[in-house]
Amino acid sequence: MIGIIDYKAGNLTSVARALQYLGESWTVTADPRELARCDRIIFPGVGAAGEAMTNLRRLGMDTWLRECLAAGTPLLGICLGTQVIFSHSEENDTPCLGLAPGRVRRFPHGLREGERVLKIPHMGWNRVEFYRPHPVFAGLPVAAEYYFVHSFYPEPADTAHILGRTEYGLRFCSALAHRNLVAVQFHPEKSGAPGLRILANFCRWGGADAQ
Amino acid sequence: MLSKRIIACLDVRDGKLTKGIRFQGNMDIGDPVEAARIYYEQGIDEIVFYDITASSDGRNIMLEVVRRVAETIFIPFSVGGGIRSVEDMRAVILSGAEKVSVNSEAVKNPDIIDEGARAFGSQCVVLGMDVKKVAARPEIPSGYEIVIHGGRIYTGRDALQWAKEGERRGAGEICLNSIDTDGTQEGYENDLTCLVSAAVGIPVIASGGAGRPEHLYAVLTRGEADAALIASIVHYRTYSIGAMKEYLHERGVKVRREW
Repeated sequence: MIGIIDYKAGNLTSVARALQYLGESWTVTADPRELARCDRIIFPGVGAAGEAMTNLRRLGMDTWLRECLAAGTPLLGICLGTQVIFSHSEENDTPCLGLAPGRVRRFPHGLREGERVLKIPHMGWNRVEFYRPHPVFAGLPVAAEYYFVHSFYPEPADTAHILGRTEYGLRFCSALAHRNLVAVQFHPEKSGAPGLRILANFCRWGGADAQ
Repeated sequence: MLSKRIIACLDVRDGKLTKGIRFQGNMDIGDPVEAARIYYEQGIDEIVFYDITASSDGRNIMLEVVRRVAETIFIPFSVGGGIRSVEDMRAVILSGAEKVSVNSEAVKNPDIIDEGARAFGSQCVVLGMDVKKVAARPEIPSGYEIVIHGGRIYTGRDALQWAKEGERRGAGEICLNSIDTDGTQEGYENDLTCLVSAAVGIPVIASGGAGRPEHLYAVLTRGEADAALIASIVHYRTYSIGAMKEYLHERGVKVRREW
């Protein structure tokens, strides 16, 4: 059973629908006791970091996520879920969960690619350049693209955690891994076949890093 | 580097697919869920469903379509047409759509943009604009006027100013449709697209006039569009999505080619 953490951060049904399509059983819940019975956890979310943190604390999810990571349960962060894992977000200067060292930064204004000023949010399909193999990202075509929509990006303090980077005016960390945690800035549930492959891999992953 | 998006537009009435030419003479061409699945498999980057159903029964049929689409394709899709309130938006989003597009209603009640962005985030709110070229005058300095109800009503609003206002109010994206080129298959309104795209900091989807791959090339380069909306060109199998993407790729436009 896969637990999808429900903390009122956007619409979580698309992750559930993708798991349904893959034939996996899942539950969307805000109840830590129910999550504790799950084999693996998906931590999705869209919206603002501040509101997300308020809801997570209210639900006791900050403490629970820390225990979950310590217990070795495979955990997949997606988009906002990935961002709040870090210590701090520049989005309204929000202190976050601090489960991984690092911070979340805003794409600077006037970011350019050649002559063109880049638009924020970074919205659409882009590549991820992976630096090292990882079971959750196995079997993906090199030229595959993933769907992004975000104005902030993670910046892990420990570069050893960075699994892949994406180019958008600067090269930001779009996939990271640390022990039983994997996290992506893009939306695997909206990234077609390569995204579904990541979710399917995660559903079979025992939680050990390849390294 | 971000890819330029190719977005298929599917008009839906009473749960069935239609394709309007200049907003008149629609004809049924099939099941929207099946069409979405085919385009998804052929590598479309995103899909827009435009619901032209009027009745409230029809609205529920549309929500059922949205639910079935969300179980079938795993790329972003949006729904527009007949969205009159934040509750309408919520129903569409909870049924599985990524984004909701507001058009005529936003002109009549601009606060719906702010309310939608507050409730669901800017990334969920697309401002649809139907635009006609007119003689420039004091209240329409750009020479492009916003029209509503399929181009039948002139609003006295300047398209460029409306685009900026939409962005300020929290729209996350603009879908810019030229009534002049819509249905002609003779190319997008590149001047309009360039004007709006350069003036806002949010992505602009060009709409209206795609008939050949070179039209997409023009609007994605000279027109500075972030995405190109297509309809007839793909609905009538004139060109495949793959062929259009190859054409763009060969000319140096970054598009998603692996799916």
